[in-house]
Amino acid sequence: MKSAVLVFPGINRERDMARALRLASGREPAMVWHAETSLPAGTDLVVVPGGFSYGDYLRCGAIAARSPVMDAVRKFAADGGLVLGVCNGFQILCESGLLPGVLMRNARLKFICHDVHLRVERSDTPFTRGYNAGQVIRVPVAHGEGNYAADEETIRRLEGDGRVLYRYCSPTGEVGDTHNINGAAQSIAGIVNERGNVLGMMPHPENHVEDIMGCTDGRGLFAGLTAHLDRAA
Amino acid sequence: MKARVTVTLKSGILDPQGKAIEGALKSLGVEGIASVRQGKVFDIELAGADKAKAEAVLKDAADKLLANTVIENYRVELLS
Repeated sequence: MKSAVLVFPGINRERDMARALRLASGREPAMVWHAETSLPAGTDLVVVPGGFSYGDYLRCGAIAARSPVMDAVRKFAADGGLVLGVCNGFQILCESGLLPGVLMRNARLKFICHDVHLRVERSDTPFTRGYNAGQVIRVPVAHGEGNYAADEETIRRLEGDGRVLYRYCSPTGEVGDTHNINGAAQSIAGIVNERGNVLGMMPHPENHVEDIMGCTDGRGLFAGLTAHLDRAA
Repeated sequence: MKARVTVTLKSGILDPQGKAIEGALKSLGVEGIASVRQGKVFDIELAGADKAKAEAVLKDAADKLLANTVIENYRVELLS
């Protein structure tokens, strides 16, 4: 796996992400500055990390989504390359048009920063093959704008095509209003694009990958990506 | 030339900030307010003086960056 982590001004989770990728793959990811117009040769995974690109000015992710490197990412994705966006990265992917919908202000207006449970909806994708379908994992969230919204038709298609990969749930996997931390449509925590090669998710799997973090439930995502890409290589 | 672009949430899009402002106005005792929706205003100064060109530039700016047309509408006004 040869991964590239994008770096925008105001991003602050890029090193956590790089560490998780290094742990899973044994290879050092390339850190790619937003002003670059191309990705390193041989890149097979692009990661858009979390943080507060451009101070969340205008709308979360709006300015980063229009930066030069994103044209290269759009082309990379159009060629079938894998793209993972976490938290602000999810917001950037939505703003860039790589994923449908938008992340709105949390329904109860609070910044939410604690562990949540996610139900992995299917295991037959590069982003979930490290888990079993229906498995519940515990990972942290840290966001003020994670309330996924899209028009009815888009939501219907996401559900119909099985493109919701991660959903907020109870510790035992029940989905409902009480466990839907930010008011997201259908308790959506993570979705893929139509082709299935671009994932955006609000929670931070990269922050639950080592014993010292108190939980290693996030490992499966990175282990799955590594297995997928190393097999393809 | 001066212009103003106003960006508002589309109807039907939940606006928790507007709701919070509405609640705050009620608790301040400001009477007669049925509901509040909030948005953004951009005051923009344009380099040229051609009106048609200015409108096209502002529309381009709004489509490309100022508004997320998935959830927002915008209105362009030339002020002088």
